[in-house]
Formats: sequence, structure tokens, C-alpha cells
Amino acid sequence: MRVHRLGDVGILAEPGDLDRVLALDALVRARREAGDPGLVDVVDVVPAARTLMLSADAGADLSALAASVRALAAGPEPGAASDPERSGPGHDAGEPVRIEVRYDGDDLEDVARLAGLEPAQVVAAHTGTTWRAAFGGFAPGFFYLMPHEHGDPPGDGPTLPSLPRRDEPRTKVPAGAVGLAGEFSAVYPRASPGGWQLIGRTDAVMWDVDRDPPALLAPGALVRFVEVTS
Amino acid sequence: MSAAGWTVRATGPRALVQDLGRPGLAHLGVGRSGAADRRAHRLGQRLLRNDETAASIEVTFGGFEAEVGADVLVAVTGAPAVVTVDGAPVGYAAPVRVPAGSVLAVGVPERGLRTYVSVRGGFAVDPVLGSRATDLLSGVGPPPLAEGDVLPIGAAPTDFPYLDVAPVPAPPDDVVLRVAPGPRLDWLADPGELWTEWTVSGRSDRVGLRLEGRTLRRVAERERDELPSEGVVRGSIQVPPGGEPVLFLADHPVTGGYPVAGVVLDADTDLAAQARPGQRVRLVRA
Repeated sequence: MRVHRLGDVGILAEPGDLDRVLALDALVRARREAGDPGLVDVVDVVPAARTLMLSADAGADLSALAASVRALAAGPEPGAASDPERSGPGHDAGEPVRIEVRYDGDDLEDVARLAGLEPAQVVAAHTGTTWRAAFGGFAPGFFYLMPHEHGDPPGDGPTLPSLPRRDEPRTKVPAGAVGLAGEFSAVYPRASPGGWQLIGRTDAVMWDVDRDPPALLAPGALVRFVEVTS
Repeated sequence: MSAAGWTVRATGPRALVQDLGRPGLAHLGVGRSGAADRRAHRLGQRLLRNDETAASIEVTFGGFEAEVGADVLVAVTGAPAVVTVDGAPVGYAAPVRVPAGSVLAVGVPERGLRTYVSVRGGFAVDPVLGSRATDLLSGVGPPPLAEGDVLPIGAAPTDFPYLDVAPVPAPPDDVVLRVAPGPRLDWLADPGELWTEWTVSGRSDRVGLRLEGRTLRRVAERERDELPSEGVVRGSIQVPPGGEPVLFLADHPVTGGYPVAGVVLDADTDLAAQARPGQRVRLVRA
């Protein structure tokens, strides 16, 4: 695994694919909570599509930190059933968070056309998928959701193809808008510009600084969307 | 508490409450934020024997004025500017007694960009997620200060100030920043081109210092590549397709979608935060 240095305040590990990133992220978080001495200097842990970044205060021993992270990454194969570390909070995400959606988005027809489906089938595919919050980054409480499991039972029902972003990003997407882009889905936590295809809207509060925790989701959390009509 | 509060009379181009920010929330999309020049902020707290997590006011390019509610000690650090109390100049980087009812005014700095006004007890606006810092990118924290705002002052610490004045070097004419190679340096056609002299763009802000003067080309096989977003730190130098680098400062995004060619050493990011539009910045190898 390549591990880059970010000046004197961080390392950027390249575990490979997203599954490995999320497994390593969960492992690092669990070990930090357990007080692992190799991770005491860590300030922030930021998973992304291919990388896991760890930041530390200046003066931290980044070589030692990189060694700790390498050792964790080289541990039991991520995904192995016998791996006891998989019970980390980010990974064994427990029951999915249910998010109620009115599927009346302005791009629902376009998405259906692009996917070769009827709008109702797009809704069925979106609600029939268990999504996993992969990583954030665009705004507080915003998470890129990846398909985790399709259908109930798994493998049943329509699936969504990878979708392009809109040619012209909207200057204002309302809070609670539910969108699709690439293989991801997401909910906009607040009004912002955006280029995702909008298929619906939720009243769920994705981000509230007066709530603990402020974000409804976290890396690794599972999500099910539920259709509502009112 | 409001009797002892400060009433903002003018803000200048921008005045913000800042402290040392919100570590540990980047995975939720909230960057650390905090004082752009942490060293200047910390010095202010130290001069007044505040806890270093106390909040100060970060005044960008002068123009800040406030009426002081109660007798208090104040320290001004960062970009050196003429600071007056009821029109009379007061000391820089030293605890200064300011009487109730007087007006403190921060002039345009002769050098540097951001002047910090600290008060014994700290500015006690309500913290958000454990910090009083205003994060202009994520929108977390108190809004930018506006005329008429009343800023409460916290309880004075028990320790009494013992420094009369702190010797601090003025911000230099030539800003020299030590830069280590970044994770995507190999995306550049000529990696060595990063370590040279740049000019600070007027489009710089707390998110990042935009550097102008030349464009950094990518290697041919990366010209059309898109980098999946990845975590960045304060000091990361990102190179967008246009080739003019952006040096991330306090309110940087938690992830960036352009290659990071270099990373400024942490201590030097405080110097970067004092670089003015039009000023030269020299990047040297760390």
C-alpha cells in the first residue's frame, strides 16, 4: 500500500478500492477509540474514493503513524468473516437509516430515459437498494452513497446504471433534494449549487449543528430510501 | 454580561471571530477552520494569559471599530497596524488597558493582511460544534461580524499577564514558504516548476491563496485524467486544470478533486495567511 506524506501534518494512504478504504477507515476509527498508542496523534480521518487521509498536529511522528496504518491495512483481509475488527462502528453499521422521499424530482423523467426504465422503476430501484454512506466532502452532512445491496431479496428488481451529471449544473438545489450522479446517490443537506440529477425530496434533516451527532449519516452508515406520497 | 460586551461599529472588508477551530469533524464535511494566522492568534491569548482556545477577532485589512463595554485588557497581534483607543495610538503585541466606553479602531496594516484583536477573557459568542471559529466555506460558526453586533466577553482567567511586550518580527517583504513534495507531484510535466516565485492573486481568501505568474502543465498522459477527490490539509497546494496553483488556508475544503503537487510546512501556512494580493511568494524545497 502506498502511503504519501502531506508535508508535516498528514499522510495519505492508498488502500486501493473503496471497499478497502472503508475497511481501513473503520479499523482506524475503532483502534483510535480503543486508545491505540500508534494513533494518538491523529486529528482527522478522511475517507475518499481511493484514499484514506490521516492528519496530525505538526511535530507528530508521521513515519510511525504510516507504519501503524500499514500494519492495520496488512491485518486480516478486509471482509473476512473471522475478522474481529469488522465490528468497528463505521463498518458494522447496524440497521439502515430510513429516509422518506417524495419522488417528484425535476430530473426523474430524464433519469428514467437515460436508464431505459419507467419512472416508477427508477423509484423501485432507488428504494429497493440498500445504500452505504461511503464518504463526505462536499458540504457538512453530505455523503456519497454507494449501492450496498440491490433488491429484497438481494438481486431482485431493477437497478440503476451509472448516470451522467446534468450538462448545466443548477445554481440552486434545495435542501433535502435527493440526487443521482455516476453510481452514487446523495441528499443535499442544505441549499447549494449542484449538478446531480434530482429525483425527489426529503424532509429528513441531514445536518443540524444543534444535534449530537450533527450529521444524520457517517462513513459506513447504511441507508434505505422509503417512498412517501404526501 | 452584555454591559461588558463590545459593540461593533465598523468591520472593514471583513472581521471574523476566530479561535483554533474544530478538529476531528472532517469526515462529516466540516474542516478545522480557525485563525488564518494561528501564531498571531496564540500570541494574543498568551499576552493576556487567556487559554489559547479563547476567541479573537480576525480583522482583514483594517477598518474594524468597536465600542468597549467595560475596562479590559486588549492585545493586538498579526499584521501590524495603527490601533487607536479614542484616537490615541496604543502599543502592538502588548497588553493594553482599554477603558469602558472608549472606541478601539484598527487601521489598515502597513504589512501583512490579518490583524488579531484579543481581549482578556476572550470573545464569548456561542460556540458551534465546540468552536467559535467562523468557517466561510462550510458556513459553520458565527456569521461574519456586522455593524451593531454585540460581542460578549468571557470571564477573565485567574492568571495575570506578565509580559509587557512580545518581540515579534514584522511580516517580511518577501514571503518564503517551505514546500514538501505532494502526493500527486508526478502529475506535473515539470515538477520542479512548482518551487519558484509566484504572485498572490486578488482572488485569494481564507479558503486558499491563489498563485499567479505561470501555469503548471500536466504530463501528457494525465491531461484528461480526473483525480477522484481525496483528503487535503491546510497547506496543500492543489493544481487545477488551468495550471495556477491554490494553496489551501484555514477554510479549505476537506477533500479536493485536483492533484496536490506540494504541501507547505505547517508553520509556514501562518506566513502564507499574511501574504497580500500582488505580493511575491517564493516556494522553496522543504
